[in-house]
Amino acid sequence: MLKALEGSQAIAQTVALCRPQVVAAYPITPQTHIVENIARLVADGSMQCELVSVESEFSAASLVLGAACAGSRTYTASASQGILLMSEVLYNIAGLRVPMVMTCANRAISAPLSIWNDQQDSMAVRDAGWIQLYCADNQEAVDTTIQAYRIAESTELPVMVCVDGFTLTHTLEPIDIPDQAQVDEFLPAFKFKRALDPANPTSIGTLVSPDYYTEARYSHHQALLDSEQAIIAADADWQAICGRSSGGLVSVNGPDNARIGVITLGSIYGTLYEARETYSELPDTRLISLRAYRPFPAAALREICKDLTDLVILERAISLGSGGIVSAEVHSALSSLPESPRIYSYAVGLGGRDIPLDLYRRMHARIRDDKPGGFSILDVDTERLLPEDGGPDQTAITA
Amino acid sequence: MDVEIELPQISELRANPPRFQGLTPGHRACLGCGEALAARLVTEAAGPDVMIANATGCLEIFTTPWPESAWRLPWIHSLFENTGAIASGMEAALKAQGKNTKVLAFAGDGGTFDIGFQALSGMLERGHNVLYVCFDNEAYMNTGIQRSSSTPHAAMTTTSPPGSARMGKRHLKKDILSIVAAHHIPYAATASVAYPSDIRKKVRRAIDIEGPTFLQIHCPCPLGWGHEGNLSIEIARLAVQTGLYPVIELERSELIGSMPIRKSKPVVEYLSKQQRFRHLFNKNDARAIEELAHIQALADHNIKRYQLCGDGADALDSEGADTVKRGGMRWG
Repeated sequence: MLKALEGSQAIAQTVALCRPQVVAAYPITPQTHIVENIARLVADGSMQCELVSVESEFSAASLVLGAACAGSRTYTASASQGILLMSEVLYNIAGLRVPMVMTCANRAISAPLSIWNDQQDSMAVRDAGWIQLYCADNQEAVDTTIQAYRIAESTELPVMVCVDGFTLTHTLEPIDIPDQAQVDEFLPAFKFKRALDPANPTSIGTLVSPDYYTEARYSHHQALLDSEQAIIAADADWQAICGRSSGGLVSVNGPDNARIGVITLGSIYGTLYEARETYSELPDTRLISLRAYRPFPAAALREICKDLTDLVILERAISLGSGGIVSAEVHSALSSLPESPRIYSYAVGLGGRDIPLDLYRRMHARIRDDKPGGFSILDVDTERLLPEDGGPDQTAITA
Repeated sequence: MDVEIELPQISELRANPPRFQGLTPGHRACLGCGEALAARLVTEAAGPDVMIANATGCLEIFTTPWPESAWRLPWIHSLFENTGAIASGMEAALKAQGKNTKVLAFAGDGGTFDIGFQALSGMLERGHNVLYVCFDNEAYMNTGIQRSSSTPHAAMTTTSPPGSARMGKRHLKKDILSIVAAHHIPYAATASVAYPSDIRKKVRRAIDIEGPTFLQIHCPCPLGWGHEGNLSIEIARLAVQTGLYPVIELERSELIGSMPIRKSKPVVEYLSKQQRFRHLFNKNDARAIEELAHIQALADHNIKRYQLCGDGADALDSEGADTVKRGGMRWG
């Protein structure tokens, strides 16, 4: 049944349905509503778990790591500076191959300080060895959270569910929260076969010499590549129960004869979907939403993009001094196609900058004029730059 | 008067191991490593129904070179600075599962006094049922003897070398026990690897308490302190006998017990046996004489503060504890 719920509220209710035994978190905007809602569910007795309000994100991630290794299903959530603070632990969790789920309420990174949405935080930990799934709307956030537990526990890899801060976390949408029986049917009780046990003592997190490190990295990399199948299977199996797909690795929308494609991650997909209807006079366009960013679905993208002439990638984060992060990987993935589309890379919506429907029209205009292969940051208002960075002379303005 | 005691052969000791060993032989600690001995004593006393969270450091490195492990207990090493939080998570999970297995957290002084301090404070404040053991060898030994906030005043390390402008570490050793005790946890204590029975007693006491407990064990590091491996126990004992390392117990931040010093020894007896203090024994250096007086004053302050001076022979004082009485009878 559809209910009008705030994204964070929906995520919290969904987490409760997944029955984590230990939840640890530290408050950071825009993640706070998720843990506040969990705290209320615990307080009113509708969620049974050890909820630990820790003294930092570093300890939040560490605490759930300890709890998972002691045999419990866990949950945590963070954003922005919190993700960076816990980044050392995130690498550690993944390297130890410990299954868990966390939500990243995507937010920009300081400095300058910004509490608003982009995806620089999760992009900063893309190489940590976690599965990263990006949600286009709050229904996907709900369904992906449930699927994430199944994926994590079947692959022994941690899963980060990325939801755009404010755009999704603080927005009311009509959402179907599945019932407990549906989730229980989909998600068996937590069983981590390497969990610590006094009856069968093992050592986790040992020192490896150069004789073994390469093999450990190989196995981890291979496990992430192989997790594509688990992601696809979890989506299909959940669809069989609730009737909805979240898109598997990549969701594609648009006519088969479209020769222009746009790759996005997260909620910007919804904006483009609506813009395409608003600007229906523009050439047919295929909307490609990368749900799985890690593992990077290179083969699926090649299949989806092989008949395109032009491909736009809208970036919500930047590798400063290089350019688009996703674009570099798309370039690499498509380089083996006999005829790769012309690729245009634009950074948009940085630090909460509005992403209007009009972006769709401007994007179409840009690809007529821009040289392919390049990268630019859209919406830069030179009037707002400091004088030493090429902005207007401030003394002249105030005079 | 010296008493001749017939010592058992190593092979005899090996043939009669303790009933339970959590840390088994074959690991790669240095000869005379105080930390290895202390960890063995703690795990023997704690028994098999425990789980260990171990910080990065010597103990972690020398016990677990993949694919080998010296541990016969469930053990996890995550990172350097998060041991308090890892242990908190293990405890929360066991609680959620309705299990009574006790969680132990092991860290060195760097992982406790410095980089792991925040996670430790959080663990104590939230009241997790964990015994946190700090193996205090007074510097970053694993990385090559750099000063930590536990390094005693005037000690030489590779980052506090003495020279014409410096006399070793300029700052005081952090009083971590008082800081820990200020969390008003049920039990916090110090111990020394020179007094194994005292360690066992304190571990058992801490294990029985439902809530956060803390044990700081003084562990000589022959390499870092600059002494022969066979002197570890003697030197650890001198630290207690001089008053430089008070062996005390606190309940809810109140002092409830201390190991009395039968006859306090001058600090130079302790300091002169270690290369890390050798710059204090240059008779022509007025600064050295001043620093020695400083350190003696620190010891005297400890003795006064914790009322460490005993009144006559006591089986459990700094001379009697873990020694053999004339005639072969054990004290206590």
